[in-house]
Amino acid sequence: MRRVLLWAPFVFFASLFAVFASGLLNPVDRSVPSGLVGRSVPAFELPGMLDPAQPVSAASLATGKPKILNVFASWCVPCVQEAPALMQLQSRDVEIIGIAIHDRPDALRKFLSENGNPYAAIGDDANSRTQIAFGSAGVPETFVVDGKGVVRYQHIGIVKPNDVAIIMAKLKEAQ
Amino acid sequence: MIRNLLALLLMFSPLLVAPVTAQSVYNDRQLPDPEQERQAMALMETIRCVVCQGQAITGSNADLAADMRGMIRERIAAGEKPEDIRAWLIQNYGEWVSFKPEMGGSSTPLWIIPLFALALGAFLARGRFKRKAR
Amino acid sequence: MIAEAGHAALWFAGAMALLQFALGALGLTDRYQSLRGSAAPVAVVQMVLTCLSFLCLIIVFMRSDMSVLLVATNSHSDKPWLYKFAGTWGNHEGSMLLWVTILAIGGATVALFERALDVRTKTATLAAQGAIALGFYAFLLFSSNPFARIDPAPANGQGLNPLLQDPGLAFHPPTLYMGYVGMSVAFSFAVGALVTRDVGPTFARAMRPWILGAWIFLTIGITAGSYWAYYELGWGGWWFWDPVENASLMPWLAATALLHSVTVLATRDSLRAWTIMLSVVAFSMSMIGTFLVRSGILTSVHSFAVDPRRGGFILMLLALYIGGALALFALRINTVREGNRFEAISREGSLVFNNLLLSIILVIVLIGTLYPLALEATTGTKISVGAPYFNSTAGPVTLVLLIGMAAGPLMRWRFDQAKKVAERLALPALALALAALLLAAFAGPIGILPLLGLVVAAGVAAASIAPLWKRNLRRTPLFTWGMVIAHLGCAVSMAGMAADSAFTKEALVAMQIGQTQQIGPYSVTLNKVTEEPGPNWSALDAEMIVRKGDDAPFTVHPQSRTFTDPPMETNESAITTAWNGQLYLVIGIPKDNAGFPVRFYWKPFVTLIWIGGIFIALGGLLSLFGRVNRDLFSIRRLFGKKVAAS
Repeated sequence: MRRVLLWAPFVFFASLFAVFASGLLNPVDRSVPSGLVGRSVPAFELPGMLDPAQPVSAASLATGKPKILNVFASWCVPCVQEAPALMQLQSRDVEIIGIAIHDRPDALRKFLSENGNPYAAIGDDANSRTQIAFGSAGVPETFVVDGKGVVRYQHIGIVKPNDVAIIMAKLKEAQ
Repeated sequence: MIRNLLALLLMFSPLLVAPVTAQSVYNDRQLPDPEQERQAMALMETIRCVVCQGQAITGSNADLAADMRGMIRERIAAGEKPEDIRAWLIQNYGEWVSFKPEMGGSSTPLWIIPLFALALGAFLARGRFKRKAR
Repeated sequence: MIAEAGHAALWFAGAMALLQFALGALGLTDRYQSLRGSAAPVAVVQMVLTCLSFLCLIIVFMRSDMSVLLVATNSHSDKPWLYKFAGTWGNHEGSMLLWVTILAIGGATVALFERALDVRTKTATLAAQGAIALGFYAFLLFSSNPFARIDPAPANGQGLNPLLQDPGLAFHPPTLYMGYVGMSVAFSFAVGALVTRDVGPTFARAMRPWILGAWIFLTIGITAGSYWAYYELGWGGWWFWDPVENASLMPWLAATALLHSVTVLATRDSLRAWTIMLSVVAFSMSMIGTFLVRSGILTSVHSFAVDPRRGGFILMLLALYIGGALALFALRINTVREGNRFEAISREGSLVFNNLLLSIILVIVLIGTLYPLALEATTGTKISVGAPYFNSTAGPVTLVLLIGMAAGPLMRWRFDQAKKVAERLALPALALALAALLLAAFAGPIGILPLLGLVVAAGVAAASIAPLWKRNLRRTPLFTWGMVIAHLGCAVSMAGMAADSAFTKEALVAMQIGQTQQIGPYSVTLNKVTEEPGPNWSALDAEMIVRKGDDAPFTVHPQSRTFTDPPMETNESAITTAWNGQLYLVIGIPKDNAGFPVRFYWKPFVTLIWIGGIFIALGGLLSLFGRVNRDLFSIRRLFGKKVAAS
């Protein structure tokens, strides 16, 4: 018993060492994934940012056809970098719904004219409520939503050209 | 400490600065009812800022943190229970978003280990004392 | 040229550390006994070389020699001299050089001044100190060379981060390091004693000043860091239970426990193994703290300027030293008897209680800090452990600890009667009851933990000065004064923390020019807001007029600074200190047209938190002088007798 007790500090330290070593070997994943993957999209209703006649709501995501929901903003510098990939997706007949965070129509129009407009509709999320409801922690983030309005996949950060294939595959799975 | 300060301050550096748009009045304003404000503060102090990560949303200049403050105040004012709002946020962002680990589940060791250490320590200390019966 | 000289001095210092270790280790064997005395002069030479090297780095920084990579990346020729000077350790390499410099000074001081200790234990201690230093020299020379050149030299440097250009930088890191590194001396003593199996009162008395010294610096470092965060961050908080803060708190907790257990060992020759264990734990907490900050494995708060390779190096040193010492402990400690047993109601009984509770708090902080990491590594689940956990677990334990602290010094050594202790506690109990009554009558509703904190603080404050009652104050030993003041400091600090969470008034208002806001006893008017250009920022400067009753109004200027490169927004809070609290004002950037967002805090008695911290450090200092004085006195007496006898 005494022997065991005497080695206990050493064993405790060894386990600390293991934790530290694994922390060093696997760089901490600092992204905050959404808890909505696998669940229905939250109820929301946003006015259309460019066209008031085109509001975006939970219903517009459950139309029987898988879609992409892109959380972005015209003031977000990295969002410029993912524009080509989104245009590529749009050219493959993928419907992309945008949610613009803290944005203004004039700034958004300028952004779209410079980087292309892949969006079928853009909702105006002026106070981030819908972003929070989606469990999104920043811009840009991209969700794949199936025809019943269930979130199937979340992509955090810029959609790079080589992510397009992954997202296409996820869309296919969501059929 | 310095590094910490530095980092905390660096996080205010949105490489993304959102322009001024219509926001909730309550992002940086208190609720008129002091009791509701107290409840909201108590909750907000335990919600982790998802942008800056190191701080609670009450100590962050990030826009999303400000919007979360506004949202929490509004929902408290509408009569929602703080713990329900916490549960809803955990549903959206995972347990990570709450600085208050839940009793039970994966956080159990947090509560068990100090108790175990107390028992072990008391046992070890007992060996140091003279027996009463002499 | 100076850089090369510094680099060479560092290499030679490393060689000296190796020599110190080798001579010390050989000196312990029977065959090479004659080498025993030679480790000490080597330790002194090592110190001189390291100081020389550090001096070279300071000169290079003061002269803004941009051909040195470290200067080019961290300094700028236009900086005020203070920040050039302090900038020497405002970066990874420089701060590690400061680390080994303090380490070498510690080792040399042991070599020069430690006379009470048995010569074999001293030799083993110096060998251990040499081994620790050797690892850090290797770390510096192989993976963090501060003297590396850059060719071609840039015209000017990238500058020190503006946020570090604060007098706090000149002060805070060195004090914390002295505390961290000072614990290495206690560690080396413990290893030395384990090697020679010589654990007893003499050893404890030799080790005590080192623990006290390191502990004083840790106390100052943590107190200063807390105040720095308080005024710099602009949200009125003074402790965030952030991993880096916890990393500085853990060695302090271990050192505080050690400080009390070493007293039991010195006075009653008991708790031998436990004291050795705590010495190892205290230094391991210092090293873990260094590792956590440098490696950046905890949360994104520390995600800048980290290098996994460096983290790996520190981790290897950690494994070598701490793992080695713990293995040595397990193998050797069986041969060390734990010493005298004692009565539960006695001074030593209360000190065991103190050690038990401090260890529990240490466990809580350690688990709370590292558990999320362990959980994510094993299951991938991400959780956060923050203030609610620490306050609800460590908070109550601290309260119980403080109550024990009130009773402990009023107990006699060896044995005491519960009844008599209770009698001595009558007045403090009265103070406690009085505080409770006053709070119940006037304070209004406050939370249970702050309420308990205030009430206990009142009782503990009264109890902590009780050891001075009925004593001739001029003949009271200095270390008793030290204990009294340090314990009083704990009560004062606790009162400040409780008052802050119980009574703080907060107002968040969108202010128009000319608008007035009431906060606590003050009414504050926003007079005007101007744009103030700074060297590398532009500030929104608010002129606010503060009135209180019939007092003369005064003006304060909170600022919100926007830095351009890198882009960031910082708050310069305007803090006004009154005898009964602080008025804390912060202005933000307006986000809508409703007005300027201003945060008002009235924090009654918040300053007590740091005043208490200063008291604690001051108490430690008095105690240190008292002990050193008395030990020197007894040595002198010993020598005097020898002279008389011959």
